[in-house]
Amino acid sequence: MLHIINKSPLSNGSLESCLRIAAPGDILLTEDAVYAATAGNAFEGKLREAMGRFKVYVLQADWDARGLGDRRIEGVSAVDYGGFVDLTISNNSCQSWL
Amino acid sequence: MSEGGVKKFMFVNRKAPYGTIYALESLEVVLITAAFDQDVSLVFIDDGVYQLKKGQQTKGIETKNFSPTYRALEGYDIEKLYVEKESLEARGLSEDDLLVDVTVLGRAEMGALMNEQDVVLSF
Repeated sequence: MLHIINKSPLSNGSLESCLRIAAPGDILLTEDAVYAATAGNAFEGKLREAMGRFKVYVLQADWDARGLGDRRIEGVSAVDYGGFVDLTISNNSCQSWL
Repeated sequence: MSEGGVKKFMFVNRKAPYGTIYALESLEVVLITAAFDQDVSLVFIDDGVYQLKKGQQTKGIETKNFSPTYRALEGYDIEKLYVEKESLEARGLSEDDLLVDVTVLGRAEMGALMNEQDVVLSF
């Protein structure tokens, strides 16, 4: 299953709840959620711990828009819009967490 | 995928009832989905568990108290209501505080249930 998160984990609980509840699968971070994948952010430890169970992606356009450059945590992959579509196809279902 | 055109729909409710419109909107869509004879599950996670709190009195905020609707869902053949155990505990609540019968699931069981759905809608 693909889980899509679009809020920063430092101001919203969606990512944390997703990591607590979701069965292993794919997570795509979009919009402000991309900050979760930056080295040195306060949520980094929780994301790294979850990466044993989840494959984590960020949406490249959102990453670039925020000037995050080379700060991406190792093991997190970037996808373009086409890659986003591919993820929705390769998974049986998806959930956009609010 | 389920057979015979019936899909498994899960409605994930994660917001408290009156501060935003999400909880009420979720109920509206749930009732619509039920009208199409689909396999519907409602889950309540995080502040969403407050939607099921007994004793809601909304007169003072001049807002419709829609909490009785959860008890009416049975009449629409919606009988699968699940609450996450950790969310309940984090709010100092237990099953006795809820206005309708639910199944309490641990986080891993909740994740597994989510995984077997055809459609998951977030509110």
